[in-house]
Amino acid sequence: MTNSEKNRLKDKAFQVFGVFCTLIGLVVLAIFLIDIVIEGIGRIDWDFLTSLPSRRAASAGILTAWAGTLWILVLSAVIAFPLGIAAGVYLEEYAKKTKLSNFLEINIANLAGVPSIIYGLLGLELFVRMMNLGGVLLAGALTLSLLILPIVIVTTRESIKAVPRTIRDGSFALGASKWQTVWHQVLPASFGGILTGVILALSRAVGEAAPLIVIGALAYVPFVPKSPMDEFTVLPIQIFNWTSRPQAAFLTNAAAAIIILLLITFLLNGIAVYLRHRQQKKIKW
Amino acid sequence: MLNLSFSKFKLSAALLLSASLAFTSCGGNSGQEAGSDLSGAIQIDGSSTVYPVTEAVAEEYRAEAPNVKVTVGVSGTGGGMKKFTRGEIDIVNASRSMNEAEAQTASENGISYVQLSVAYDGLTVVVHPSNDWAKDITVAELKKLWEPEAQGKIMRWNQIRPEWPDQEIHLYGAGVESGTYDYFTEAIVGKSHSSRGDYTASEDDNVLVQGVSTDPLALGFFGYAYYEENKSKLKAIPVDNGSGGVLPSLETVKDGSYAPLSRPLFLYISSKAIAKPEIVDFVNFYLENAGELSQEVGYIALPDNVYKEQQQKFDEFAKSGATANQQ
Repeated sequence: MTNSEKNRLKDKAFQVFGVFCTLIGLVVLAIFLIDIVIEGIGRIDWDFLTSLPSRRAASAGILTAWAGTLWILVLSAVIAFPLGIAAGVYLEEYAKKTKLSNFLEINIANLAGVPSIIYGLLGLELFVRMMNLGGVLLAGALTLSLLILPIVIVTTRESIKAVPRTIRDGSFALGASKWQTVWHQVLPASFGGILTGVILALSRAVGEAAPLIVIGALAYVPFVPKSPMDEFTVLPIQIFNWTSRPQAAFLTNAAAAIIILLLITFLLNGIAVYLRHRQQKKIKW
Repeated sequence: MLNLSFSKFKLSAALLLSASLAFTSCGGNSGQEAGSDLSGAIQIDGSSTVYPVTEAVAEEYRAEAPNVKVTVGVSGTGGGMKKFTRGEIDIVNASRSMNEAEAQTASENGISYVQLSVAYDGLTVVVHPSNDWAKDITVAELKKLWEPEAQGKIMRWNQIRPEWPDQEIHLYGAGVESGTYDYFTEAIVGKSHSSRGDYTASEDDNVLVQGVSTDPLALGFFGYAYYEENKSKLKAIPVDNGSGGVLPSLETVKDGSYAPLSRPLFLYISSKAIAKPEIVDFVNFYLENAGELSQEVGYIALPDNVYKEQQQKFDEFAKSGATANQQ
């Protein structure tokens, strides 16, 4: 066997290995999705989406759960979006490479790996008890904002980093200040990436049950929250609650609720992809 | 050249947010005809075991008093007790009695309370259906099997009873954070929260059902409702407390002959809440309907005279609470 044949064989082997690795993830996802869809799709109808919780699996619905999930989603976005972007811009554009900024960077990266229940405990003490908010939507949204903040900061920085140096130089050469450069050139150019990061972070927050249970989110809420100071439940808690019930019909309900939760996540991801795509088309350097 | 103004970015962000806000607020509020003019909020939290009963009562109570907002959480008996003894909630669902430390916190915070039994649950000892040797088990044998000293030692079936096969035994039980665990250890080992640690533990009884039903050498315990729903995949073993083996059933749990593993489920009502008329109304409604509703969600109703006793207990507490609050 010649050297080039050997190399070609190695190349082939690596390709097969790569396909295999990709398939593992896809197959697991496919099994999960097919199983859930078979179990739950028949249960989804208008009543399921608009009914209150009930002890009878057949008449139980997820109205308060998905309404709570949307509230949490919007509030967390409103809170985490400006904070995360501002922090990212500061770290990337303004902060000097000192020991302090190094320290901050390492800690932000570490925060992204902290288990979500720890954020729940932090939120319980800080927002529920010290700020005396109680187990309300606002406390839940603040807690989840903390949870996703590191992800937002990191993706903001990555997107800003991707803006070519020449754009900034051009802007400065025309006499623009640092602030003008960031606001009119850097941020719009990196906006697609930032938004993708924010939305992906939000779709992580949407799936969280543990930190919200810790801060006092409920399982049985017979009313749709009307303000950020109302008590609430969310889809993952409802799902968690239903899967632990003895009657098999509740498991079907849980599967149906999982489909709705997945749809919300896919919708968010779809928006992210669309916005990035639109942004990329507009940017012409 | 980059020809994009940042205001477009603001616009699309605002659009996205307002769209989702509008989506949220369109969730309907079902206007029901008032059956009672009571209003207010009742906050309940605690055991996930008691949750289905309270959920059922709260659901029925919606028709009775549509303006009273009853909310129920599932932070566990321990978590619920913490909030209850700090005065953060009105009623706690409990699958065990309040312990001393919790009682002390309550009295430090000036909270007195009444304990009401609302239903029974029968903890069921189960094995795989193919298990043909375990025809009954005594309380002493269960203790020998589950006590802390058994850890790493009692590992085979014939160590419990010599005529049983010389095969490994695989144990499944409630996780240590649950009231079910506390109750089982108290009833069997004699000391709450004390058992061997080398068993498959889960807070989710469906996981235990799954484990026992697929493992021919398994022995596990969990709530009666989970056995009832999975009878075809499991075999319950009669528990012998000295007067012969007894299987859990509606009758044996209700008349007390399935001992010591039938346990009452509790509500605790705070003295801080008792001044509110909607709480009194709700608890009265609860006691009236708990029998029927607990059976519907898989638990076992108390005998009628016990519900009457609970009602009397509550009436007295409501009276004394009202006067205490006036002083």
